[in-house]
Amino acid sequence: MADLARHERLVEELAGNLKPVRPLPSPALRAALWLGAALLIGLILASRIDTSGFMLRMGVPDLACAALGAALTAASAAFAAFATSVPGRSKLWALLPLPPLALWIGASGFGCLRDWIAPGTGQPHPEEVAGCFSFLVCVSVPLSVLIVVMLRRACPLRPSLTAALGGLAAAAAAATLLMPFHPHDATAVDLLIHAVAVVGVIGLNGLAGGRLLGRRAGLA
Amino acid sequence: MMLSMSGGLAGGLAGGGWVLAPDANPGLDSMQAGERIGGGARMALEGELAAMMAAAQGGDAAAYRALLKACLPVVSAIARAQGVRGEAVDDVVQDTLMTVHRARASYDPARPFLPWLRAITQRRAIDRLRRAGRRPREVHDPLAYEAEADPGPEPGQGLEARDRAAALARAVASLPDGQRQAVEHLGLRELSLDETAVLTGRSKGALKVNLHRALKALRANLMQERR
Repeated sequence: MADLARHERLVEELAGNLKPVRPLPSPALRAALWLGAALLIGLILASRIDTSGFMLRMGVPDLACAALGAALTAASAAFAAFATSVPGRSKLWALLPLPPLALWIGASGFGCLRDWIAPGTGQPHPEEVAGCFSFLVCVSVPLSVLIVVMLRRACPLRPSLTAALGGLAAAAAAATLLMPFHPHDATAVDLLIHAVAVVGVIGLNGLAGGRLLGRRAGLA
Repeated sequence: MMLSMSGGLAGGLAGGGWVLAPDANPGLDSMQAGERIGGGARMALEGELAAMMAAAQGGDAAAYRALLKACLPVVSAIARAQGVRGEAVDDVVQDTLMTVHRARASYDPARPFLPWLRAITQRRAIDRLRRAGRRPREVHDPLAYEAEADPGPEPGQGLEARDRAAALARAVASLPDGQRQAVEHLGLRELSLDETAVLTGRSKGALKVNLHRALKALRANLMQERR
């Protein structure tokens, strides 16, 4: 039998403790705010861009496609993360970043193929690879922290999925910001390093962020 | 008034598609299986609930109280439709109300309220079912079942006890008066020596001797009877 007295007591308690709250902005607006923060990091780093080299690389179709794919992945994954953090929104939003992700991975892979067809066109030094890796991690971490903090304000009922999408957004944004600083074309080693950094960021977000978001949603 | 929802309406909400499956909600008898809720009623209810939630976000405690009370049957119905049974339904209602309170800022007043509530309730119901699944449960184990001692009386135990009591009563009745009184008061009624001395008018020493002799006689008598 329904324990109505117990429910009534809780209703009275909750109504008694009610404080006004401001409804959260829409997922699109929150994603735009987060992307603005990512752009801010890009602007801070802008003074160190090798502009002529960057323009030259953007003239190469597969590099331009990879940059576009990474940027679209960041935007769509950020929107998907914010959308899935709101109860009642479809979980199918989680599929939104997949097409740009395919473009990003496909275009980067094509870059490797080009290097394989015409070898020796720009093998990176190990220091450069390490620099790329640390750049990706250093930019991903603050962006991940920021998106998890923003996501915690909502009520993510699927915390691991939401946090992994946030991780994908952070990693893709970091990869996009890396493009202007990247001194060479993508190679297999380079791509592998990127993949490790990106997957690591997503995985860590999914694990740690999922726990944080789960605690917020009262799941843990 | 749309806020006083019938069980049938709550059942329709639980299904998501406004159609109650025959076994989806045994607690809501008022609605026949397959009965449809009109689209107008749903829209009106949505509007009422969304308006109340928006008012609650602004700090209107009366609207919030009315909203939560209106949610109670809906949440119960959704929990049952998820497979939650018995007292666990009440636990899901409590968990859901607390999550609704904590997450009330995440509700967008421009969007319908019920999908938001349904998503929270379904998640809380799944959590409850998972927690119930992790608890130790009775499993199929024939050996453990056979080895389990039955705390209840064995068949015929009452008859045997009655026979023993009758044999003892016969043996006590056959004792001389002094010994019988000593056994009855000291042994069966468990009185003290002083009390028995007052009742029978015999000395405590005599009572001890009588009891000793009585027990000896009873032992011999009953042993003989058992043979």
